[in-house]
Amino acid sequence: MNVATRTDMTFFIIIGQWTLAALASIGRLARFAGKALASLVMPPLYIVRILEQMLSIGYFSLPVVGLTALFTGAALAQQIYVGGARFNAEGVVAGVVVIAIVRELGPVLGGLMVAGRVSSSMAAELGTMKVTEQIDALTTLQVDPVKYLVTPRLIAAVIVMPLLTLVANVIGVLGGYIIATERLGFNGGNYLKVTMQFLKASDVQSSMVKAAVFGFIIALMGCYNGINSAGGAAGVGKATTNAVVSAFILILLANLIITVVVFGGAK
Amino acid sequence: MTPKIDMQDVRKAFGTKQVLDGVNLTVAAGESLVIIGGSGTGKSVTIKCILGLIKPDSGEVKVDGESLIGLNEAGFRRVRKNFGMLFQGGALFDSLPVWRNVAFGLMQGQGMAAKPAREIAIENLQRVGLSPDVADLKPSELSGGMQKRVGLARAIAARPQVIFFDEPTTGLDPIMADVINELISFQVKDLGCTAVTITHDMSSVRKIADRVAMLYRGKIVWNGPRADIDHSGNAYVEQFVKGLAEGPIQMDVRRG
Ligand SMILES: Nc1ncnc2c1ncn2[C@@H]1O[C@H](COP(=O)(O)OP(=O)(O)OP(=O)(O)O)[C@@H](O)[C@H]1O
Ligand SMILES: [Mg+2]
Repeated sequence: MNVATRTDMTFFIIIGQWTLAALASIGRLARFAGKALASLVMPPLYIVRILEQMLSIGYFSLPVVGLTALFTGAALAQQIYVGGARFNAEGVVAGVVVIAIVRELGPVLGGLMVAGRVSSSMAAELGTMKVTEQIDALTTLQVDPVKYLVTPRLIAAVIVMPLLTLVANVIGVLGGYIIATERLGFNGGNYLKVTMQFLKASDVQSSMVKAAVFGFIIALMGCYNGINSAGGAAGVGKATTNAVVSAFILILLANLIITVVVFGGAK
Repeated sequence: MTPKIDMQDVRKAFGTKQVLDGVNLTVAAGESLVIIGGSGTGKSVTIKCILGLIKPDSGEVKVDGESLIGLNEAGFRRVRKNFGMLFQGGALFDSLPVWRNVAFGLMQGQGMAAKPAREIAIENLQRVGLSPDVADLKPSELSGGMQKRVGLARAIAARPQVIFFDEPTTGLDPIMADVINELISFQVKDLGCTAVTITHDMSSVRKIADRVAMLYRGKIVWNGPRADIDHSGNAYVEQFVKGLAEGPIQMDVRRG
């Protein structure tokens, strides 16, 4: 066998191994998610833990999500005004801002900010519990770690993300309103009227569906990476990074899929 | 009589490292077994195989004659109801106050209400020499030895039939170590528990063991009554008991 063919073979072997590994981790993730969801229908449901998590995911994310929405809405209004001026369409500012914020930027930027905050802290917390044998201790005390740690986080994130996104949407539109009225000389009442005219129920539905899915991704990636971390402090660090990066990518991918497939046809 | 715990030819490798290489071990009901052996020989892994926290690659593990191999989650939960475990590093839940740690199995596992569970927790803290004042502290506010004792209180709080102690006296002063030894003896002699203890502490071995097993390179190389450890006729045990650097046990120490 000459050298060239051998390198070719190696190349295919590597691709093959990589594919198998990728499929295997998707399988593991799916089984993990399935187990967490199955816990939903089996008591106990650890209500207190769900409320704790709702507080820590939702309430404490309000400032960062609110600021993100405010700045983005404001910048967006300015950009559309400048861009729109090129074809004399300054009037569309209110409409484009509300649609862009509600359908896309509110849930996506909110999701990314919460992922940065929450996926990382979940991975760090569960990862530390793993490497200090607290997860083993739970098991020994006859408490299912997935049910006790993961399911409440998933439930809380799926409930809280739509609420956060609702707030983000309102603040984002408000950011646009402030720029439009204070800098661009728009009439406030008129701006709000146009905003409400443009906004459709399907925009809000799309926003809420996205937010709930992103919430699921945020908690799932945080918990999965945390609970599977190994190898001391360095392992926890790696789990934290992986949680955030994978949550980001999955949120953007899910956003694309939901936008195109689920709400692509809605007028 | 069926032994309480029965391990036959248990093997476990992590990657290429063969940690357990055919462990055979039985523990009779009401007996106190102590496992000794060098650091990293697989003592903790052995215990975790019995608890179902680590799945052996091959071999048989039985509790009360029931095989744990291939048991489902519900089956393991049932078996673990009779188990208590002190982890080597304590493994306390650092988000919960001390008393909730001790009462965790009672409240979450058995659904006991907070008030009686707290009373039992404080009672158990006192048995390991901790005052009720520590009940509301977080584990991170305790010293290492105190954390160990909280772990011990948690292991015995639900009155399990079988208790595993992974280095119960490491990090304790000699007086407190003796208090803990007494406590372990009490669990076995007065409450009729079965105990499996891992320790490096020879005074602890002499105090609590009915029987001693020595693990070396993934196998039980010697196993006999406590009275025999000083004339075991086994070179490994002799070296270990006397704490000698020279002998058949080669520690992986680089000599300069
Ligand atoms: N989860 C794991 N993954 C990989 N390797 C492990 C794991 N658990 C234990 N090991 C390895 O198995 C070997 C035995 O570990 P174990 O904790 O049982 O030692 P030990 O006898 O309890 O030692 P010590 O007295 O120091 O506690 C070690 O080399 C350790 O690196
Ligand atoms: Mg150990």
